[in-house]
Amino acid sequence: MHEKTLAELSAALHSKAISSVELTEHYLARIQQLDGAINSFITVTPELALEQARAADARLADGSASPLTGIPLAHKDLFCTRGVRTSCGSKMLDNFVAPYESTVTQRFIDAGAVTLGKTNMDEFAMGSSNESSFYGPVRNPWNQELIPGGSSGGSAAAVAARLCAAATGTDTGGSIRQPSGFTGLTGLKPTYGRVSRWGMIAYASSLDQAGPMARTAEDCALLLQAMAGFDERDSTSVEHPVPDYSAELNQPLQGLRVGLPKEYFGEGLDAGIANTIDQAVKQLQALGAEIREVSLPNAELAIPAYYVIASAEASSNLSRFDGVRYGYRCENPTDLMDLYLRSREEGFGAEVKRRIMVGTYALSAGYYDAYYLQAQKIRRLIKNDFLAAFEQVDVILSPTSPIPAFRIGEKIDDPVSLYLTDIYTITANLAGVPGVALPAGFADDLPVGMQLLGPYFSEPRLLNVAHQYQQATDWHTRAPL
Amino acid sequence: MALDRSDVEHLAHLARIGLKEAEIPAYADKLSSIMGLIDRMQAVDTSGVQPLAHPLETTQRLRADVVTEDNQRDALQAIAPATEQGLYLVPRVIE
Repeated sequence: MHEKTLAELSAALHSKAISSVELTEHYLARIQQLDGAINSFITVTPELALEQARAADARLADGSASPLTGIPLAHKDLFCTRGVRTSCGSKMLDNFVAPYESTVTQRFIDAGAVTLGKTNMDEFAMGSSNESSFYGPVRNPWNQELIPGGSSGGSAAAVAARLCAAATGTDTGGSIRQPSGFTGLTGLKPTYGRVSRWGMIAYASSLDQAGPMARTAEDCALLLQAMAGFDERDSTSVEHPVPDYSAELNQPLQGLRVGLPKEYFGEGLDAGIANTIDQAVKQLQALGAEIREVSLPNAELAIPAYYVIASAEASSNLSRFDGVRYGYRCENPTDLMDLYLRSREEGFGAEVKRRIMVGTYALSAGYYDAYYLQAQKIRRLIKNDFLAAFEQVDVILSPTSPIPAFRIGEKIDDPVSLYLTDIYTITANLAGVPGVALPAGFADDLPVGMQLLGPYFSEPRLLNVAHQYQQATDWHTRAPL
Repeated sequence: MALDRSDVEHLAHLARIGLKEAEIPAYADKLSSIMGLIDRMQAVDTSGVQPLAHPLETTQRLRADVVTEDNQRDALQAIAPATEQGLYLVPRVIE
């Protein structure tokens, strides 16, 4: 039954062909059997899952069920889950049992979904390979020597290995889309402000956005329906009506204008990925799309600007981890300064420390204008590039990553080379526009991800294009194991 | 922008992160390469460009100044490293 999509499982639950308890037990057994090698979960919650599954079966019996009732999900371990350890992939929070529930996970609880556990991730979501986790690297189910991408690498690997029906992720610079691409999934980063950040452990607050990671666009539509909406507890949540994300899935693509940014198809793009994306473009043309070249002239500035903004916001957000109120505290501090210095030295990993120090530098006296302000101005230029491009086209298409999934350890000593791999995804976070990643084929036996970006609040259109592509192709049905 | 040993020590202190002596050269090296990447944006003339803080340019919402949360001191202190009589314990600050 793990071969079924979320939509198919929902139909099977509603028709009573299976029960949520049976389904949950099945996934828990798969996690036990397969996750030792993959390491996609930090915490598995079998008792909670079975209790929720029994409640879901009662709702399915009494007619109060939603499409997600009884569906076993996994949540990235940066969503606070009341009474369940929420580690954010860090030693700093290894002992942190969240005292409250995030809005996103509460919405899934309200919908009757089942929580199988919390997934592995780069420490504090800082990384693109899931190698910075305190709990060890996650292995790509397509080839266990390789990274699954990051920072939502555990969620990606868990869905790809069919250890859950779908999962949540968060995307600050590509952390839903890039791992979705590397593992053959469909993953959506919504418009900034569309999904509440309340109860998400903050990395870069002006960029962070949660979204679904699943097998199909149809599944992502069902998940986003539960996640999206205004939340007064998130000060940057946007008051904008929530549409029916499944309503437009079946619209034909006739006349769709697809833009290919010339800056994204040049130097540094792997030839196998380029060929695969070229085939996907032809497929969309066959479905009625018109292809045009567009330009995002400031795209090359996105990575420098991102590492200023994200690091600066991280240095501020992570100052709360002081060894006093919760989280890790060093042994036998001699004084208050020693308590701060050693708790943070011992509690944070190297990449987190680097980004805190870069952000501290960018925000320190005398440097604000040259770094943070300059980065925010470049952010405006990048937003303007998108506004101009979306005058000409409905969606912008690119690969999710210029290179295929690489070997665990290959880039660990060269952070800048790892940063540069996020070249296609980071612009959407800076501009705040939504993007969907979906499987477009294979190169060297590894999944290749295609990214579609759209204007603000164009999630229905992005899901429509992805769904129509998935009606004409079967890449999304391929399984690694 | 290359960072030297004293820059790294200063940043680590500002960020309240302890560093081992032997780690400093590696931090100086990696932070310098990150700052080299970041400095690519200095070549762009952005005079006249308004900085962008929120992609949708919304402003901070205000709410009435009333208490909306219950007192959760016990639950929140249950996960603290050390507390006593409702207070957080830290090493002695005042002799």
